[in-house]
Amino acid sequence: MAYQNIFTQVQLSHAPEMGIGMKPGSDPRGTAVGFNHLFGRFGQAQLGPIYLGWTGLLALLCGFIAFEIIGLNMMASVNWNPIQFVRLLPWLSLEPPGPEYGFSPIVPLAKGGWWILAGMFLTLSVLLWAIRTYRRARALGMGTHVFWAFMSAIWLFLVLGFIRPAFMGSWSEAVPFGIFPHLDWTAAFSIRYGNLFYNPFHCLSIAFLYGSTLLFAMHGATILAVGRYGGEREIEQITDRGTASERAALFWRWTMGFNATMESIHRWAWWFAVLTTLTGGIGILLTGTVVDNWYLWAQQHHYAPAYPSTGVVDPAMGSKVQ
Amino acid sequence: MKRTMLLRLGAVLVGAALLSACQVGTKSAKQYGYRGTGMDQITLAAANKTIDPINVVPPPPYDPPKPGGRPAREAYQNVQVLGDISEDEFSYTMAAITQWIAPEQGCNYCHNPANMASDELYTKKVARRMLQMTRKINTGWTGHVKQTGVTCYTCHRGQAVPTENWALPAKGNPDTILGNRHGQDAPVIATAYSSLPNTAFAKYLLNANSAPIRVQSTYSHPSRLDKTSTMEAEGTYSLMMHTSTALGVNCTFCHNAGSFQAWNMSTPKRVGAWYGYRMVRDINGEYIGSLAGVFPKHRLGPQGDPLKVNCTTCHRGINKPLGGVSMVKDYPALRPTGPMVTAAAAPAPAAPAAAATKMP
Repeated sequence: MAYQNIFTQVQLSHAPEMGIGMKPGSDPRGTAVGFNHLFGRFGQAQLGPIYLGWTGLLALLCGFIAFEIIGLNMMASVNWNPIQFVRLLPWLSLEPPGPEYGFSPIVPLAKGGWWILAGMFLTLSVLLWAIRTYRRARALGMGTHVFWAFMSAIWLFLVLGFIRPAFMGSWSEAVPFGIFPHLDWTAAFSIRYGNLFYNPFHCLSIAFLYGSTLLFAMHGATILAVGRYGGEREIEQITDRGTASERAALFWRWTMGFNATMESIHRWAWWFAVLTTLTGGIGILLTGTVVDNWYLWAQQHHYAPAYPSTGVVDPAMGSKVQ
Repeated sequence: MKRTMLLRLGAVLVGAALLSACQVGTKSAKQYGYRGTGMDQITLAAANKTIDPINVVPPPPYDPPKPGGRPAREAYQNVQVLGDISEDEFSYTMAAITQWIAPEQGCNYCHNPANMASDELYTKKVARRMLQMTRKINTGWTGHVKQTGVTCYTCHRGQAVPTENWALPAKGNPDTILGNRHGQDAPVIATAYSSLPNTAFAKYLLNANSAPIRVQSTYSHPSRLDKTSTMEAEGTYSLMMHTSTALGVNCTFCHNAGSFQAWNMSTPKRVGAWYGYRMVRDINGEYIGSLAGVFPKHRLGPQGDPLKVNCTTCHRGINKPLGGVSMVKDYPALRPTGPMVTAAAAPAPAAPAAAATKMP
């Protein structure tokens, strides 16, 4: 078959591929199947049949409830005015309970109770979806790498919204729901705890994040570049290496002396992505619980340079005015 | 052919869109801190040449009078603050104040023309307290205003009520989510259009008992002394955004962003700002706050408190109000060189003027 890419693809009409048989005891799979030409240009043209199962159904339901709680709270905050809702949407928020409520699960709805409920349903939703990725992978006889990668992201999500607030004994330490509000929270969090850039786990997380994008760019570019030799069929190349795989490997050996293999490049990418949120979560969890001021911590441990003193002295020292 | 044309057009449009947020023109950069810390201010060279007319010092009403002559307290009745200056200087100062505050309404904005000594107009009582305040700022708050000093014009700019002011926000019902944005999530200039709390003025600038601005721990590990929450830190962040906007500078004008807290990494400007916040608390608490019962209803905010000052009231987008020109040197009455003027004479709201303490 001639080399096909996103611009030259030929889409054949055929009977839908209904997938392998279900394991005994599984929920029934849906039967609705369709084809879409546009989808076919970016991926597979066939849509469905989808398997939702009870985890999928409940995950969507819980996600929908969380989405509605957040959205309706935001809409109520502008007196149900649809125009103001659209205009102010990036600024609107659903805030966690204030410091006065500590980590109590019983908080009046208007004072952060809605936030706890939204967080609970969102957590249920992502955990159910994670279970679903595990079970579907097992049903297909696959490894569970997608599940573990998703769990790494959920780890950071739960540290920010639940585990760290629990350690700190205060919901008020959690992130608000909202577009600008969660960004302002991020900046305020770094300011409060003496600059998160001095947190070594934050450094690791950034290194893995940037590393992930670099690896993704390198890998994507390499495979596209050998697409004319069939390199996009990379899984087959692991067991039956052809000229595409050889050229891809040679390219990197010539440019940087070292090359990943068709198998190991995916381990590189997987670990970099997973470690981004894993180390990030550790860094957030240590903040305020173990270290309260990262700049002072970094100075104490000779981790960050001290700049020459400007000679400026705190005017509050020895002053009656505070 | 048609496809290439479309692609070219698309490339031009994308390129134009990418450049649209750029400021074309020569920039001037000034370094304020150690190299590599990003402590610099970059401004458009063209913007430095054009000065907003609002930030230009107006000329004196006429040539300042020579010193000496009969004291004002002997020449006029009921002169409680400016009694120590000469009769000529008194008239000169009054003429200037009229230009600065009520150029259209004239003397009658504060005075009853039939009896200039009368305190029947509320504006006269306010003006007296404001004169005491101006003298206090010029003599007691030199940590902020240095020898440049201030005059009425620094805030008023030809307006009876300075246009840049704030009051306590209307109290909502905290028990409902309806119309309740918890004092934040509104694109207003006070928070530099962020979603940060817009109640920072009420929290930090109300009076001498306002909340401490500092939020960072003084020890590297958690301790009982440092219990500020991230939520509370948003208030300080909001206040800093206000100051930054008011002065037309970025964070590194005062701070090394490596540690906003460390004084030995900060620029000397931060000390000036420290005194500035305390000066604003003094102005809002001791002076404007004491006039709460004097102002009529239409001059009060939604909670019935008088309109107060913040950084913008004087600074108007530049780090030195009125371009750093010392205006007060032409108006010595506003900066007495004699004994320190105290703030002891807050007028009792409804009390007759005669009951107020005489000032030296």
